[in-house]
This record gives sequence, C-alpha cells and structure tokens, in this order.
Amino acid sequence: MVIDLPFIWAAIIAFAVLAYVILDGFDLGVGILFPLFPEKRHRDVMMNSVAPVWDGNETWLVLGGGGLMAVFPLAYATILPALYAPIIAMLLGLIFRGVAFEYRWRTGRAQYLWNWAFAGGSFMAALAQGIALGALVQGIPVANRAYSGGWWDWLTPFSIATGLAVVIGYALLGSTWLVMKTTGDLRDKARSLSYIAALATLAAMGVFSLWTPFLEPLYLNRWFSWPTAIFSVIVPLLVLGCFWLLLTGLKNNRDSRPFLAALGLFILGYAGIGISFYPYIVPTSVTIWDAAAPDESLGFLLVGALILVPLILAYTSYAYWVFRGKVDPEEGYH
Amino acid sequence: MFETFDATLLARMQFAFTVSFHIIFPAFSIGLASYLAVLEGLWLWKKQVVYLELFDFWKTIFALAFGMGVVSGIVMSYQFGTNWSVFSDKVGPVIGPLMGYEVLSAFFLEAGFLGIMLFGRNRVGPGLHFFATLMVAVGTLISATWILSANSWMQTPQGFAMNDKGQFIPADWWAVIFNPSFPYRLVHMVLAAYLTTALVVGAVGGLHLLRRTAPLRAGTMFSMAMWMLTIVAPIQIFAGDQHGLNTLEHQPVKVMAMEGHYQSHPDGAPLILFGLPNHAEQRIDYAIEIPKLSSLILKHSLDAPLKGLDTVPRELQPPVPIVFWSFRIMVGLGFAMLGLGLWSLYCRWRRRLYTSEWLHRAAMIMGPAGFVAVLAGWVTTEVGRQPYTVYGHLLTANSVSPIAAAAVGSSLVAFIIVYFLVFGAGTFYILRLMSRLPRDPSGDLGEGPIRTAGITPAPHAATLPAGGRHGH
Ligand code: HDD
Ligand code: HEM
Ligand code: HEM
Repeated sequence: MVIDLPFIWAAIIAFAVLAYVILDGFDLGVGILFPLFPEKRHRDVMMNSVAPVWDGNETWLVLGGGGLMAVFPLAYATILPALYAPIIAMLLGLIFRGVAFEYRWRTGRAQYLWNWAFAGGSFMAALAQGIALGALVQGIPVANRAYSGGWWDWLTPFSIATGLAVVIGYALLGSTWLVMKTTGDLRDKARSLSYIAALATLAAMGVFSLWTPFLEPLYLNRWFSWPTAIFSVIVPLLVLGCFWLLLTGLKNNRDSRPFLAALGLFILGYAGIGISFYPYIVPTSVTIWDAAAPDESLGFLLVGALILVPLILAYTSYAYWVFRGKVDPEEGYH
Repeated sequence: MFETFDATLLARMQFAFTVSFHIIFPAFSIGLASYLAVLEGLWLWKKQVVYLELFDFWKTIFALAFGMGVVSGIVMSYQFGTNWSVFSDKVGPVIGPLMGYEVLSAFFLEAGFLGIMLFGRNRVGPGLHFFATLMVAVGTLISATWILSANSWMQTPQGFAMNDKGQFIPADWWAVIFNPSFPYRLVHMVLAAYLTTALVVGAVGGLHLLRRTAPLRAGTMFSMAMWMLTIVAPIQIFAGDQHGLNTLEHQPVKVMAMEGHYQSHPDGAPLILFGLPNHAEQRIDYAIEIPKLSSLILKHSLDAPLKGLDTVPRELQPPVPIVFWSFRIMVGLGFAMLGLGLWSLYCRWRRRLYTSEWLHRAAMIMGPAGFVAVLAGWVTTEVGRQPYTVYGHLLTANSVSPIAAAAVGSSLVAFIIVYFLVFGAGTFYILRLMSRLPRDPSGDLGEGPIRTAGITPAPHAATLPAGGRHGH
C-alpha cells in the first residue's frame, strides 16, 4: 500500500492553521475589544484571562508557517512573497501585542501606550491575516517555481472585505471567551457585544460565501455541481445550527456555550474554504502534490508529528485546565 | 528611495538586523531558564527563603526577555519565506524538518509550561510548579539544539542529494543532523548562553552589593554567578579552540579570514594579534604578530604550512575585515571573562568576595560582555560563511526572493523603527526591574539579623508561613 504523505501532511498543516485561527483568534479578539472597555479593572481581567495561554496559541502559527517550509517548500516560497506586505504587517502587529502582555504591568505612566499597542497590534494582525486569506482565495500566479504576480495584487476590495470579516469574527471569539471567563459587569457587557458580533459574523460569512464562487470557476463548480454541491446544503445548515446555539446560550446564561458555538462557526467556515481549495495549496497554481517536499522529508517529520502532536495536545489541554473557570478579579499578575 | 540598493543586500541587512536582535533574547533566556530551575530546586530542597525570593525576582525579568524572544523569533521563521524564498524552496526539504522538530519538541513545550510557571504557583502544587520550570528550561535547550543543527548544516552540509528541481533532498538524516560542526557549535553556544546569564546575574549582584540594601540576596546571586563564570569561562575557551580546529578542517577559508592570513605560509604562519585588514590590497597593515604561533595553535607544529586567501578567488572570499575584527572581539572578551572569574576566585579565597568593591564594579562593567561576545561570534560564523548560504553549494546571491528592493527596503525601515522602540522599551523595563531589589516589601523577611551580623550569606533558616506568599 502506498501512503499518500503529501495528503496526510496537508491535513496536519490544515489542522495547525485551524488550531491557530481559533486559539489565537480569541486572544486577538480580546485585544480588538480592548478599546470598548475603557476601565482599567476590566482591562486587567481581560488581559489576565488570556495571559497564561497566548504564547501557546501563537505557537500554532509557527507550526503552520515553519511546517509549510518543511513539507510544502514551494507553497512557502510562493505564498509568502506574494503576501509580502500583509505578512510583514501581521508580524509587526504581533510584536506590539505580544510584548504588551508583560510591558503593561511594568509601568504606570506609560500604561496607556501599551494598551494601545495591545489593541492596535491585535487589530492589525487580525486585519492582515484576513487580507492574506482573501488574497490567497483570489489565487496566486506562479511561474518557474516563483511568484509571478505584482506587489500590490493582494490589495483588492475582496481582500479588504475578508480582512474586516476576520476582525469581526475574532471579535466574536473574544467576546464569547470573555462571557465564559469573566463575571459581573464585564461579563454582561461582553454578552451584549456578543450579540452584535454574532450578527455581524453571520453577515460576513454570507457575503464571503456568495462572493467567493464568482472569483474562480473552480469554486463555482465545487459548490454548484454534483456531488460536492451536497456541502452547499449541509454547511449552511450547520452554520445556522451553531448560530442558534450561540444565541440561546447567550440568552439562557449558559456561559460556555456561546464560545463553543463560535468555535463551531469558525470550524465550518474553515471547512468551507478547504472544500473550495482542494486539491490546491496555492490556488489555483500549485497542488499539494506539486508543492510537497520529497517523501524522505515528509516521512521523517511525520514520525515526530505523530508522537509529539498528541503530547502537545495533552499538555496544552492540561495548561488550559489549570486555568479553568472564571478569572478571579482579585488575582493579580505574576 | 531604495533604487540604488540591490534587493539582495537589503535582504541580508534585514536578516542580520532581525536575527541579531533575536539572538540577544535566547542567549539570555536559555541561561536564565536553567538558573531559575536551579533556584527553585534549591528552594524546594533547602527551604531557604532567599532562593524563592531570587526566583521571583528573576522570574519577572525572564518573562519580559522571553516575550521579546518569542515575538522576534516569529519574525525569523517567516522571513525565510518572504525574503529568502528561493533558499526556502531549495533547502526547505533538509532544514525545514529540523525547524519543524524545533517547533514540535521545543516551542510548544516552553509555551505550554510557561503559563503555569509564571501564573500557576498557587494553582498547582510546588512539585508540579517545579516541573513546569524544568520543562521551560529543557525546552530552551531543545530549541537551541535543533536550530543549531540547521544552522550547522548550512555551514558544513552533508548527507544530501540534489533532485531535478534543483532542491537539496535529504539522503541520510543522521548525517544531516550530526553534521561535522554541529556538536562544536551546540556546546559553544550553550556555554555562551550560560556565560551571558552568569555575567548579567553577576552584574546585578555586584550592583546591589555596592548598594548594601539587600546583602543576602545580592551576595547569594553574586556568588552563584561567579562560580558559574569561573568554571565555564575556561571550558568555553577550550571549546572555542576545538571549534576553530574543526572549522579549519571544514571551512578553511573562514579561518583564513579570522586569522587575517592573506598570504600562504609554507613554513609556519604567524599569529596576527592586531592589525588593519586592507581588503583591497589583500594584506594586513600594521600587523602585530607572533611568528609561527598560528601554525602551532592550528596545526600543533611550528613549521606546519598554512594556506592563505591568495589561494581563494576574490569573489569567493568573505568580507575579511568584519570577520577579523568580530573574532578578536569575541576572543578578547572570552579572556576578560576568564580574568573576572579568576579574580573572583582569588577574592573568595581571601574571603573578600562580598566586600571587594572593585570586583563588584568590574562585574557590573562586564554585565553586557556576554551579549557582545555572542553577537561577535555569530558575525564571525555567518559573515565568514559568505558568499554562500549553504557552504560550497548555494550562493547567497542565488538564495534571495525575486522581490523588489522597495519592498525589502521599506520593511527593513519598519523593522528598525519598531525594534528600537519596542525592544528599547523592554530593555529599559528590564534594567529598571534589575535595579529594584527587593521588589516586594515582604522580601525583607528575616534579613535583619544577617545585616547586623555581617554580609556573608549564612544558612538561612526562616521558612515561609503557609500561604504567605503567592506567585504575584
Ligand atoms: C537556520 C539558519 C540560521 C541560523 C540559526 C542563524 N542564521 Fe545567520 N543567516 C542565515 C541563517 C541562519 C541565512 C538565511 O543563511 C543568512 C541570510 C543571508 C545570508 O547570507 O545567510 C544569514 C545571514 C546572517 C548574517 C548576514 C551575513 C551577511 O550577509 O554578510 C548575520 C550577521 C547573521 N546571519 C547573524 C546570525 C546570528 C546573530 C544568528 C544567531 C542566532 C544567526 N545568524 C543564526
Ligand atoms: C534564523 C534562525 C532562527 C529562527 C527562524 C528562530 C525562530 C524562533 C521562533 C519562531 C521563536 C518563537 C517561538 C515561540 O513562539 O515560542 C524563537 C524563540 C527562541 N529561539 Fe529562535 N530562531 C532562530 C535562531 C535561534 C538560535 C540560533 C537560537 C539559540 C541558539 C535560538 C533559540 C531560541 C530560544 C531559546 C527561543 C525561546 C524564546 C526565548 O528564549 O527568548 N533561536 N525562535
Ligand atoms: C576565547 C576563546 C574563544 C575562542 C577561541 C572561540 C572560537 C570560536 C570560533 C572559531 C568560532 C567560529 C566557528 C565557526 O564559524 O565555524 C566561534 C563562534 C562563536 N563564538 Fe566563540 N570563541 C571564544 C570565546 C567565546 C565567548 C566567550 C563567547 C560568548 C560568551 C563566544 C560565543 C560564540 C558564538 C555565539 C559563536 C557563533 C556560533 C558558533 O559558531 O558556535 N565565544 N567561536
């Protein structure tokens, strides 16, 4: 039996990126919502709710990026130059918000600066990720194993729209996270914000789904021809189901459910994009088999991934479990 | 604005700039993570509060340094794709998996347990908390192992083949990972990280010994740091010497540049101590040299012949002046560290370790020396590898992304501004934390009698009242 290593790796990388999107998504979302919570005591709790886990969340981004270089070098070598400006913007945003976690507690006078760094950096990173997603969906031309488009190709109305959509979606993850993790007036405010963010996310998903098929015949065929058209029925139904769970969770004060339902929305949206793309890794120029590194590389790293990824999931869950439950506003920083 | 530069040069400048900032943080946090593990272990073992207090003091500093290491590192892992895409496409199949293992086996481990280490003291028991600290320390060492293996493979590549797409493909993973320069580089770099940390801890200890406000804690850390320095500095010099011999075998041109040997010496080469490399004329002006010593060091024989750069075409020579100077800075600082270690040993023997103000001042001056030596060492290594990225196989000029100079130039400017702002502020906060010992009023606990009884740290019996202190 021949094992299709590129396919397995495509699944692992897809998983890493998904893990990144939903995990860093909520902590970026908390940053995006920062300006809406002007009170210091609220901000302290918001920050504390994500401080113990943000670094682990962001490591999935390193796995998604670094892993791409190892297993799909051609994709890494064409996508990143094509998305040069958004990637740099994302990195700079991540710097500002990443250091804010520590800096914010090291100063009284300049704390407002690092509040802005946290909010602005989170917003910039989310926007840049969304723009990068949009630019990828539009397609990236490749010739002679190199990106062959222009330096501003990434900037289109569509990519700006996806950029904003991701900001909105992350804000939803962030607000439902706060509903789950906080108490008192902070939680109540997050709860009202969650309603708004949920509606906005649903609208954004709708626009995205209607717009995408018309960008590229491949996507149109995928969604409107048999047998894959089945997904066109199933995915929207599941989305509505998650949406219903989210709203009823908010309404009935089931504080964990909205967050879990929001994760569901993200997973469905992500699956939808995956269905559109397959089998391309750089749409619509490079397939996962064109981009794959030789089997010696894929096999060698796969051994490690099969052993280490379950371990990582185990101790990461443990770390989340240690900090389970609502954040105690009295518990300060380290 | 950037039309006059070529994209390759800008991409090199960007890489050098960002990686130089990045390495500063790991160099410190690798050593500090181990130091924290030792402090916590001592606290659990001996139950002397001073260890716990030192742990909390350094933990806050560690959190800052580590955060800066993480955000500057993420930039590195994306930069290969944005600026060095051709390199990534060609070399990805070989060094990509090594970096993949680094993420899977080290980065997740550090990140997963860092939260518990920083915030979890009163949520998990002391044993588990210590375990978390250990995992963070082990994670930093695993991380160094993989990334240095990748870097060493670029210096001394082996165990690969080429495919029809022009990619390097792995033929023998064992040979790739354990390439000839890897063991030397790993030892040299980990020792460098420990020395860097020892010097910083020593400087902070020295500062507070001079201030006389917290003699027990300052004395304890000063003594620990000086032991580390005294023991590791000579080992590092020996390791560096072995490293150089290995480099001579695998990258002789780099050694010629370090030594400043423009000419071949058929019957014994001199050791050039100082001089001004004149690359255009291919000679060292005003050289101060010791005859035949270089042959003795490198070949263990006074008259052994050594080839010079006159055997290497100009376009395959690295920029000699940079390598020549950076090597001397590193070696000079190495001997200065040895000197400080020996001096502290002498003072310890004369029971003046905690009172010799000149020693404390010297330790403070040497505080940043580790960082400078680490940077100088990396410059020697990396600039000495030029004009190749994969030594002997892939030229730097053929590694760069087909990207416009304007794009690289603007991102370079953005990185420079942001790094100086952000890491400048971080360095300021770290220095401020360092100068505030004790940071916490409860830190005075049990120090009164010691201060009156003299400032030699004595075994210290006070233990904490249960629950008297939390991780914040
Ligand atoms: C795994 C790979 C790797 C690792 C661990 C390092 N480097 Fe490197 N370095 C490169 C891979 C590389 C490279 C991609 O191969 C570069 C980019 C341009 C070049 O010529 O080589 C390079 C260039 C490069 C240059 C510019 C040389 C020149 O263009 O003349 C400097 C000064 C450094 N590096 C410094 C460092 C430092 C301070 C490091 C410590 C962390 C370091 N490098 C680790
Ligand atoms: C070009 C080469 C390098 C790249 C691409 C790189 C990449 C990274 C990345 C992505 C991180 C953040 C990981 C996280 O999210 O937790 C990181 C942190 C780290 N790196 Fe690097 N790195 C490079 C060079 C080095 C070298 C040479 C060393 C040590 C010898 C090193 C040691 C570390 C350590 C110990 C950390 C943990 C954070 C810290 O201690 O500050 N790195 N690196
Ligand atoms: C005094 C004696 C020392 C000698 C003879 C020595 C020798 C060397 C040599 C030959 C290299 C280049 C190896 C290569 O590129 O192949 C090197 C690199 C390096 N050195 Fe040193 N060194 C000394 C001291 C130090 C000290 C005190 C530090 C730091 C505290 C240090 C840190 C480094 C680093 C970080 C590198 C780059 C990484 C590597 O290639 O190992 N060295 N050293």
